[in-house]
Amino acid sequence: MPPEAFALRDRFKLGLEAPICLTWELTYACNLACIHCLSSSGRRDPRELSIAEAMGVIDEMAALKVFYVNIGGGEPLIRSDFFDIVDYAVDQGVGVKFSTNGTRLDKGRAEKLAGSDYVDIQISLDGADAATNDAVRGEGSYATALRAMDNLAEANFGPFKISVVMTRQNIAQLDDFEALAARYGAQLRLTRLRPSGRGADTWDQLHPTTAQQRELYQWLLDRPGILTGDSFFHLSALGDPLEGLNLCGAGRVVCLIDPIGDVYACPFVIHDDFMAGNVRDEGGFTKVWRESELFSSLREPSSAGACASCGSYDACQGGCMAAKFFTGLPLDGPDPECVFGHGEEALEAVAVELRPGPSQDHSVRTPVRLGARD
Amino acid sequence: MPHTGGASPLEFDAQSPWRLDPKVALRDEEFGALAYHYGNRRLVFLKSRDLVEIVRSLGDAPSAHAAITAVVDAPSVPTYEAALARLAGSEIIRAA
Repeated sequence: MPPEAFALRDRFKLGLEAPICLTWELTYACNLACIHCLSSSGRRDPRELSIAEAMGVIDEMAALKVFYVNIGGGEPLIRSDFFDIVDYAVDQGVGVKFSTNGTRLDKGRAEKLAGSDYVDIQISLDGADAATNDAVRGEGSYATALRAMDNLAEANFGPFKISVVMTRQNIAQLDDFEALAARYGAQLRLTRLRPSGRGADTWDQLHPTTAQQRELYQWLLDRPGILTGDSFFHLSALGDPLEGLNLCGAGRVVCLIDPIGDVYACPFVIHDDFMAGNVRDEGGFTKVWRESELFSSLREPSSAGACASCGSYDACQGGCMAAKFFTGLPLDGPDPECVFGHGEEALEAVAVELRPGPSQDHSVRTPVRLGARD
Repeated sequence: MPHTGGASPLEFDAQSPWRLDPKVALRDEEFGALAYHYGNRRLVFLKSRDLVEIVRSLGDAPSAHAAITAVVDAPSVPTYEAALARLAGSEIIRAA
């Protein structure tokens, strides 16, 4: 990495006037129940922002010159006013990139969306075949995602994104994902599994092995065009840095607005400890971003802590705050997936029961059927 | 990054007029500015305030070179020509 890139990274650690990348989850409602869902989505929350409040958020984004918002959920297309929100954002000059499982992306909607430079789409897919994908995202979800991709291709949407959470089960399919994306003229986006939301319960089974992390690192290094959302900067400890800023952007250059307007440091830390305020508060999002105590503290110089003696700290920055937090590790120590195994050692000292529990859970409750027999 | 047919740095001619691509938005920051291209969806960092001033004034200057010399001293000109060449490569600026 050239020296100037390091200087810029140091600047970004102090925070920016407005986020570069703002994730906005529009609803906790979802028709799927993915076993690694970072927001434990399923049921709509009655406190979710109204369309008038959503428009107020967009007005703020426009004033802050946030170039685009990353809309997610839950499944954002479940909101009946989804397209009104998108249209309003585009009218204000705020781009929209939204993530969807594809269920409601029919031909008509694909055509409507194809016309705008300001709209970008990410289809979530966690396996290159139905068996691998559906084991995580639910039966039929692979076919649904591919149908949506067919609709986008047919509507000449252009290069949409295929967004994959890397797991122990799908890392062997990296080349297959690349081929699938090429077949659709899509861009491949790979992100890191975090032990957040329902992911806390499945992380032990799903997170990649050390050998797989090395394989992924090399694969990404050979393909700088693959999008990662700066997800794998902890792997940069293995040698040359990966593409991207290679820093934890939480509260510095990224943040999350959840469906009820709570503002969190990043999409992977939906927990009271990382909630900075609410867009409904006086001063709105802008004040939360610029003045909240939590974000101010995240922008202060951080200590390398237990990682200080490791020669790779400059490269990996100690890894991901969310991954540490939800596995019960101290925030100023190694990432649970530290490529040198320091995280695994630290994890052994933390009883699973001592991991912080969730602050919210919108999962669909499985009804208890009293007296049911089968 | 996937390349969508922008000018390569070699094709950048500082003696010609250039301008900010109309699909690009700039946001000032303490270090310089962020530039985002809504067409190719690239985010680019302009790493100095002088560079931001040059980029903003490109459209009114007879050439990129003129825009640069209006803002910075002669010894810095090659640095800024190289910076503009990179911006041409990512389609942030285009030949006027």
